[in-house]
Amino acid sequence: MNATPRFTVRLRFTKSGKVRFVSHRDVARIIERSIKKLRLPVSYSEGFSPRPRISFGLALTVAYESEAEFLDIDFVTPIDLEDLPARLTAALPDGLAVSAAKHIEPGTASLQESISCCRWIIEVLGDPTDVTAAVSTTLDAPELMLERVRKGKTTTVDVRPAIVKIDISGPTDSGVRLVTELATLAPSIRPAEFVRVLSPDFAEGKVCRTHQFIQQANGDRFEPIEAPGSPAALQMSATSATPTSAVRELSPARSAS
Amino acid sequence: MTSVWPLLEPRLALVQKPARYIGSEDGAKAKSPDPALISWLFTYPDAYEIGLPNQGLQILYEIINEREDARADRGYAPWVDLEEIMRADDIPFFSVEHHTPAAEFDVLAFGVSAELTYTNVLNCIDLAGLPLRSVDRVDGDTLVVAGGHCMFNPEPLAPFLDAVVLGDGEEAVGDITDVLVAARAAGSSRAETLEALASIEGVYVPSLYSPVYDGRALMGTAPVSDAAPRSVEKRTIADLAEWPYPKEQLVPLTEVVHDRLNVEVFRGCTRGCRFCQAGMITRPVRERPADQVRTMVANGIERTGYDEVSLTSLSTADFSDIEPVVTGLMDDSEDAGCGPLSVSLPSLRVDAFGVGIAAQLQRAKRSGLTFAPEAGTWRMRQIINKLIREEDLYEAVDAAFSQGWQRVKLYFLIGLPSETDEDTLGIAELANRCAEIGRTYNRRASVTASVGGFVPKPFTPFQWFGQNTADELQRKVNLLRDATRKMKGVQIKWHDPAATMAEGLMSRGDRRMADVIETVWRNGGTFQEWSEHFELDRWTDAMSAHGLDVEWFAYRHRTEDEALPWDHLSAGLHKDFLWDDWQDALAEVGLPDCRWTPCYDCGACTGYGIEHVVASATPPAGGSQGTGQDLATGGAVPVSLGKRPVAPIAETPAATSPAMGSTT
Repeated sequence: MNATPRFTVRLRFTKSGKVRFVSHRDVARIIERSIKKLRLPVSYSEGFSPRPRISFGLALTVAYESEAEFLDIDFVTPIDLEDLPARLTAALPDGLAVSAAKHIEPGTASLQESISCCRWIIEVLGDPTDVTAAVSTTLDAPELMLERVRKGKTTTVDVRPAIVKIDISGPTDSGVRLVTELATLAPSIRPAEFVRVLSPDFAEGKVCRTHQFIQQANGDRFEPIEAPGSPAALQMSATSATPTSAVRELSPARSAS
Repeated sequence: MTSVWPLLEPRLALVQKPARYIGSEDGAKAKSPDPALISWLFTYPDAYEIGLPNQGLQILYEIINEREDARADRGYAPWVDLEEIMRADDIPFFSVEHHTPAAEFDVLAFGVSAELTYTNVLNCIDLAGLPLRSVDRVDGDTLVVAGGHCMFNPEPLAPFLDAVVLGDGEEAVGDITDVLVAARAAGSSRAETLEALASIEGVYVPSLYSPVYDGRALMGTAPVSDAAPRSVEKRTIADLAEWPYPKEQLVPLTEVVHDRLNVEVFRGCTRGCRFCQAGMITRPVRERPADQVRTMVANGIERTGYDEVSLTSLSTADFSDIEPVVTGLMDDSEDAGCGPLSVSLPSLRVDAFGVGIAAQLQRAKRSGLTFAPEAGTWRMRQIINKLIREEDLYEAVDAAFSQGWQRVKLYFLIGLPSETDEDTLGIAELANRCAEIGRTYNRRASVTASVGGFVPKPFTPFQWFGQNTADELQRKVNLLRDATRKMKGVQIKWHDPAATMAEGLMSRGDRRMADVIETVWRNGGTFQEWSEHFELDRWTDAMSAHGLDVEWFAYRHRTEDEALPWDHLSAGLHKDFLWDDWQDALAEVGLPDCRWTPCYDCGACTGYGIEHVVASATPPAGGSQGTGQDLATGGAVPVSLGKRPVAPIAETPAATSPAMGSTT
C-alpha cells in the first residue's frame, strides 16, 4: 500500500460571499475538481473507485463565512508551494480563496482530531442592552445545561466549559457583534447553540470563523497555518481594538489542562 | 436592472439547499445587465438540481450571450420553502446570475420537458409578478415563451404563453432576438411584436389561433390572424457540427443530477419505437463528426475537472464507429494527464455488443447496468416496434454479469396498446430469467424491473390510443408485485399510476385543460413530479370543477378522422404515416430503421429538404432492430466483443417489407 511516497500539504482557505451557502460536502467536491483542473500530482486511493487523498478539517455550517478553513492533500511528488495558493484560488469559484500552504510531516495528527477551539465573530440579533446583559450572565454562570436531540435521543450537557471566551466587539445595524472562542472537543458548543444559550430570544446574524487552534500539552496553542500577514495571530487580546465594557476572559483552567 | 440579492441573502440561511439560488457556476455568463441589450431569462420549471444540467437551456443560454445585442440569465423554480418566504416578503422570481427580477427581462423562456412541471410554469410567471394569461399582458410586459419536447402539444399551456418554439431552438432564439431588436427600434406594440414572431419558422403564437368545439369534441384549431400560418412547422438544424454547444458546460457548486460532462453525439433517432415521442419529433438523425466529439470532450474535461463524460443521444451505441471514438477519448485523457476518464452511455442497447462497449468504457466500478426492453413479450415488443428478442436480452445480461456487473436494471412500460395480462406477466418472467442467469456468476446478482405507466404522446403512432386507467395500471402493478414476490433476486419498482393519469391529461389535452392546470396550481399543486407533492384529488377535483371528463381526455381511443389538438402544428411527420404505423402496430408488424434501409417517407426529411447525417452507412454490429437481419427466433446475432464486426450486416438485402419480424 505504501509503495508510492506521499507528500502532504496543508492549505488554509477562506469562504465568503455567495459561496458561503455551499455545503461542506460541496466545497470538498469543488476543491477536488480544481485540483484535477490544475493536474496537480495528487495521490489517489486504491481500489475500484480511486479518490484523491484529501482530508478536510472541521465542517463549517452552511451560510457561515470563514477566514480559517484547512485541509490536507497528499501528493505523489514534492510540490512547489510558492504559487500554489494563487493557482488554486484562480481555479476556485469567487469566494473560495487559498491563503497559505505548508508542507507537513508524515504522521502529523489530522485536523479533525487536533483542533480544540475556534474563534468566531458572531452577530447576535437582539437589543444591545439585552445582549450585553446575557453575555455577563453567561460568563458568570457556573454551569449551562443544554439539551441536544441527536438521532431521537435527548441528552443534556453542561456547555459552560466549552465557552472559552466572549468579547463584545460592537453594535451592528440589528444587534451586537461578539468575538467568541468555542471548544470543538467534547464538551463542545456550536455557534447556533451558543446564541441559544445566551437567550432563546436572540437570533443568529452573520457568523464568521476567524481562527482554529491546536492546543499543545504545555498550554501553548497555534493555528494549523497562521493567516498570512499576521504571524502574531496568537495574541488575541491585542486584537480587540475596541475593548468595550464587558471584555471578560474565562480562566484558562480548563483549556490548559 | 435591480437585484433582489439584498432581500434574499439574509433569508437564504432559512431554506434547504441555499446553493440552489446563488448561481456562480463555472461557465456562468454574468454579462453586464445593459438595458440596451435584449434580455432573456431561460428558466427550467423545476428544482435547480434537476434543471441546471438541462443541455437545451445551456445551449440557448450560450448562443444568446454570444450575441452583441442580447444577453441571457437563468432561473429555476424556487423550492416550496423559499417560495413561501418570497410570497411573504414580496421577493419576485429572479435570475441566479444577477438576481434580477424576472419581469425586468424582455423574454421569460421556459424549457418544458415534463407535463407535470406545467403548474410550476404558472407559479414562476405569477412569482415574476406578470399577468398569468397572455391576454392580460400589456405593452412593455415581459414576453413568456416556451420550448422543449412537451411543447409539440402546447395547447394546455397556450393561454399562458405568448409564443412557443417547436423543435430545435438554436436558430429560433436568434430569429426571435432579431425580431425583438427591430420591434424595440420601431416602437412596436405587443400585438405587432407577436405578429412578427408568428412569421418566424418554428414559432407558434397561440393567441393568433382559436380552437373550435362542437360540444365536447374539438373540431380544429385555426388562425384568427392573417399574420399566422395555417400550420406551424418545427425548426430543425441541418448540421449539428455547426452548433458545438455548450462550449462551456456549467459546472455547479452543488450536487445536481447528471453531474458530469455531457457531449451530445447525435440528435434524432429512427429506430421507430412507437411509444417514443423523442424518437419521432427529433428526426432526422444528425451525427456530430467524430473529431468534433473528441475535441469537445477533451476541452470539456480540461476546463471542468470532471472525470466522467456522458455521450448523449437517444441511442448512443448507434453512433457510427462508436468504439474507436470512445477508446480515442480515453487515450486523449491519459495523454493529456487528466487521469482516468470514465465514459458513460445514457442508453445501452439491449445486446451483448452494447455490454461489450460498456465493459471497455467503465473502467472503474461495475455496480449496475441498465437496459430498456420496454415490454415483456415478443408480441408486445413487435407492437411497440422495439424488436429485441429474448435471446438478445439474455445474451446482454449474461455478458453483463459475466464481466463483473452485479446489478441489472430493466425498464418496462405497462399499459401499452392491446396489452394482455400475459404480456404484463412476461415482465416478471424476463426479470426472473435474468436473475437466474446472474446467479450462475454471482450469488448476490440482482435484477430490478422498473415499471412505468404508458402515456400516449402527440406525434407518435400511439397518439390515438386511449391510455389505461389509473385503476387498470394499479391492477397490473399488483399482478407484477405478486408475481415477483417469491422470485429470488428480483425487485420491482413502479411509478404512481395516479401521476401517470395526470400526465396523460396534459400530454394530449386541448386548451380547455388550461383552466384545470390553473386550478391545480391555485390549490397549491406545484412540483407535481415530486411524489411527496403530488395529490390525485387536486387533479380530479379540478377536472370536475371545470366540467371536464378524465375518461374523455385520457382514456378514450381517438378515431382516424378526429381533429387532434396539435393538428395545426407539425413535427414533419405525415399524419397518414403515423396512422399507418398505428395500424401496423395493431397488426403486430415491425418497421425497420431507415438509417440503414430505404426511406419510407415519414416526412421528417423530405418535408424539410434535409437528410440523415451519418458518418457510416453500415449498421452497427449486433443491432437486432431494423438492420435487415433475420429476426426469426434462432437467427444468429453477429456479435464480437471488443473487436470490429467481421461482416457488415447491410450486405444482406434489407427486408423492406414492413412485415419483417412477424414470422415468429
